[in-house]
Amino acid sequence: MAEKPYTANEVAAIDAAKFQPLQKNTKEEREAIATPSLTFFQDSWRRLKKNKAAVFSIVLLLIIIAISIITIFVSPHDPTAQNVKFTNLPPKIPGININGLNGYAMVGGELVDKYAAANVPDGTYYLLGTDGLGRDLLSRLFVGTRISLLIAFIAALLDIVFGVTYGLISGLLGGRADNVMQRFLEILSGIPNLVVMILMLVVFEPGIPSIVAAMAITNWIPMARIVRAQTMKLKDQEFVLAATTLGESRSKIAMKHILPNISSVIIVQMMFSIPSAIFFEAFLSFIGLGLKPPAASLGMLLSDGYKTFLFLPYQMWVPAVTLSVIMIGFNLLADGLRDAFDPKMKE
Amino acid sequence: MKKVLEVKNLEISFDTFAGKVKAIRDVSFDLYKGETLAIVGESGSGKSVTTRSIMGLLASNANVDNGQILFNGTDILTKTEKELQKIRGKEIAMIFQDPMTSLDPTMPIGKQVAESLMKHNKISKKEGLKQALDLLNLVGIPNAEKRLKNYPHQFSGGQRQRIVIAIALICYPQILIADEPTTALDVTIQAQILELLKDIQKKINSSIVFITHDLGVVANVADRVAVMYGGKIVEVGTAEEIFYNPQHPYTWGLLGSMPTLEGTGDRLYAIPGSPPDLLDPPTGDAFYPRNEFALQIDAEEQPPFFDVSPTHKAATWLLAPQAPKVTPPDEILIRWKKFQEKNSQTSV
Amino acid sequence: MEKVLLEVNNLKQYFNVGRKDEVKAVDDISFKIYEGETFGLVGESGSGKSTTGRTVIRLNNPTGGEVLFDGHDVMKIKGKKDLADFRREVQMVFQDPYASLNPRMKVRDIIAEGIDINGLAKNETERNQRVDELLKTVGLNPSHGTRYPHEFSGGQRQRIGIARALAVDPKFIICDEPISALDVSIQAQVVNLLQDLQEQHKLTYLFIAHDLSMVKHISDRIGVMHNGKLLEVGTSDEIYHYGVHPYTESLLSAIPLPDPDHERQRKRIKYVSEPSDDQPRQMEEIAPGHFVYAAKNEVAQYQEKLAQKKGQVLV
Repeated sequence: MAEKPYTANEVAAIDAAKFQPLQKNTKEEREAIATPSLTFFQDSWRRLKKNKAAVFSIVLLLIIIAISIITIFVSPHDPTAQNVKFTNLPPKIPGININGLNGYAMVGGELVDKYAAANVPDGTYYLLGTDGLGRDLLSRLFVGTRISLLIAFIAALLDIVFGVTYGLISGLLGGRADNVMQRFLEILSGIPNLVVMILMLVVFEPGIPSIVAAMAITNWIPMARIVRAQTMKLKDQEFVLAATTLGESRSKIAMKHILPNISSVIIVQMMFSIPSAIFFEAFLSFIGLGLKPPAASLGMLLSDGYKTFLFLPYQMWVPAVTLSVIMIGFNLLADGLRDAFDPKMKE
Repeated sequence: MKKVLEVKNLEISFDTFAGKVKAIRDVSFDLYKGETLAIVGESGSGKSVTTRSIMGLLASNANVDNGQILFNGTDILTKTEKELQKIRGKEIAMIFQDPMTSLDPTMPIGKQVAESLMKHNKISKKEGLKQALDLLNLVGIPNAEKRLKNYPHQFSGGQRQRIVIAIALICYPQILIADEPTTALDVTIQAQILELLKDIQKKINSSIVFITHDLGVVANVADRVAVMYGGKIVEVGTAEEIFYNPQHPYTWGLLGSMPTLEGTGDRLYAIPGSPPDLLDPPTGDAFYPRNEFALQIDAEEQPPFFDVSPTHKAATWLLAPQAPKVTPPDEILIRWKKFQEKNSQTSV
Repeated sequence: MEKVLLEVNNLKQYFNVGRKDEVKAVDDISFKIYEGETFGLVGESGSGKSTTGRTVIRLNNPTGGEVLFDGHDVMKIKGKKDLADFRREVQMVFQDPYASLNPRMKVRDIIAEGIDINGLAKNETERNQRVDELLKTVGLNPSHGTRYPHEFSGGQRQRIGIARALAVDPKFIICDEPISALDVSIQAQVVNLLQDLQEQHKLTYLFIAHDLSMVKHISDRIGVMHNGKLLEVGTSDEIYHYGVHPYTESLLSAIPLPDPDHERQRKRIKYVSEPSDDQPRQMEEIAPGHFVYAAKNEVAQYQEKLAQKKGQVLV
């Protein structure tokens, strides 16, 4: 609040002793900094926490990852166990009596208890039903999610190893070397993904190795381009010039000065590339160029479910929803991270 | 003289994650018709926040905690956004520091200059462009007719600033707020722009609020000067009084920091330390930690304004009757001497 | 005669050579800097003064000419050790306090970077001691070492930049517009600091700036640049009070001073650009130590002009 202005009398009334020169040494005080010290990531985390969608995604993805890991050891049913007697059972969730989730399905216009019809022993529940070979869909879903996430992380790793390194070197070298490196990238990115994939199938075993090899050739290109652009922007900044004048070698400059300042861009780009990698695998598996049966990736599940979509819709809905949720989760998180890292949003 | 603007007891704070920052802590000043008032201050003094509040352009996390801004009698702070839009550009115009970012890079300048006029006065595009051409000639853009269709990047920094001035003046506003308009320009271009501003002011008799930290520029353009520190005005007076009879230690510090024609020795008089953190302003006078003439009371109570003349007042305890006589730095003594000489010459 | 520490001969720095957008940033300039002095290089934007500084410190490869530091050709320094020595002896303080410090590094690490690269400290303790001392030397608290650049004001950041340059014990510091981005009272702090350090550490400065008043205050000798050319060189008093080249005169007449009476009667001299005759021009000495970029047949005019100006004052 503003202080009440003094009248002349009030001023005259102040004790003359107070008008002696100030004795205290004020040096510490005048150079002091009041705000708490935050690193860049602490500051960004604070901003990220405010974004509800991002926080929700983080929680969701952590849960999905946790479940994927736990189900390596514990699973409701053996995902590979086939049982021809229990084919195409609808979902049966204990305790729920909604049609569609209680083991009953429409057959020829009539509600039938398919579990009873197949003589499923009491107490055996298939929470999401079974597929055409009698395998528990839920267990297969866990396996599929695990494989999709595995591929996602491999993609992220490739992004960093190839994309960041290539982009850094290209950006720092500049001139002709950079020109050559960029032209090479353009050629590489000009080859359609599918063609690369088919080539890899010729070289590798169909399955995870071939998918990983295909991604190793093309998936990291956007990251390389972005890192190169950021590197070129930073390399003329005065603090990089200062490091040069101090005698710092180029590789140390890349590690100490450039990389930490582009880490936020790298993280965001990585987060965005994960959903496209997951989708790539799903798409390949769906069209039959991906994993081989009996492997269960989300794409395979989609492919199987697609065949019986018209009368057993849940077999396709389940993997479709799971795939969508994972992709949306990563996208929301990446969005939130990009906003959180952006210093222009600083208050 | 008529007052066009009266700022009374303005208090503005900003909400940040670390707490409330009190950017303006009780600021009052008047602006008379046809005069140029310079507001001098350094980073964090609050000068830019003050002028933005006049235009209603404060950030979303700003709170006006107290005060009024009376423009022609009505309080701007109580106006709606729509009402403010009618005032901005037409009655009160602003020019900013960076000519690179003040202009829309994707719009030809003829259109940019005419836009404001067309919006406020509802005239046709043709008429608008004609008046824009007149104004561009007035501000000294060579070959203006041919260049109406050019884009900002095709002009130099100085020319861009002239275009910005043209945009600001096209509606003949009553008040022009210039926020460090020449800080980013070379000194010869700066001189041209200052001449232009003074010239135009005479022609349209508008009032100018000129914000800067360059005291040389202030001496060149200002009729009256207000010195701001730590969110408050610490001294205000005519240019003569501020430059030749300064009373506040901060003003002494500012004047002493600048090298002069005569060159008073090897070292500049430098105010130690940095501007205060307004998240946690010190009790008492915000300037006291850096004030070599600080009194004990400066650490306890904020000083009120003491009148030095009908037009000159300073907020420093050194002007209280109980305060000891202090000797300001040499540079200031030279100025005081000059002031006494001038006044004895004109004394009745 | 004092020892010449830096000698620049016919330096040329062109960009985009041969292309349509060729820029002759530095176009054949020569000057000397003596040990222990401050040489001010002044000019407006586009004059080439910053480019000159960066070429001298080997951030650019010159298109032509030579730079001799302590007798050695700077561009011909090869070998890790020799290059490291050069980088220790010649340091730079940059203009933009907001871009000259790595935002992700702690202040302590920023200042110690030179120490680390050159192995000037034997262990961690010694390193931190040196950093604390440097912080105190530039007027900051040792406790500031653990903070990040964005927490400091512009003036404080500039002082950190100075501490960083000092850390390697240089002989010669190029100050590239070190105060342009700072508030007026902070400028005075930094200028005083630079002068104190010069005395304490026996430093030589190349002070690049566009504020002629400040340059005059800190420099012993001044060079005025415009469009890549060096137009006039002399002692700071000589240039400030008796500058004769038309560009120098226009520059001097445009500077506003904090003195309303002076401002009222100041008349600005407009500079019309270089005469476009093809006469060869170079630096001609029109008085001891006072050089002007002129053609041979203009020397007499300038000498007369100079005598007139000095004569005016004497009367």
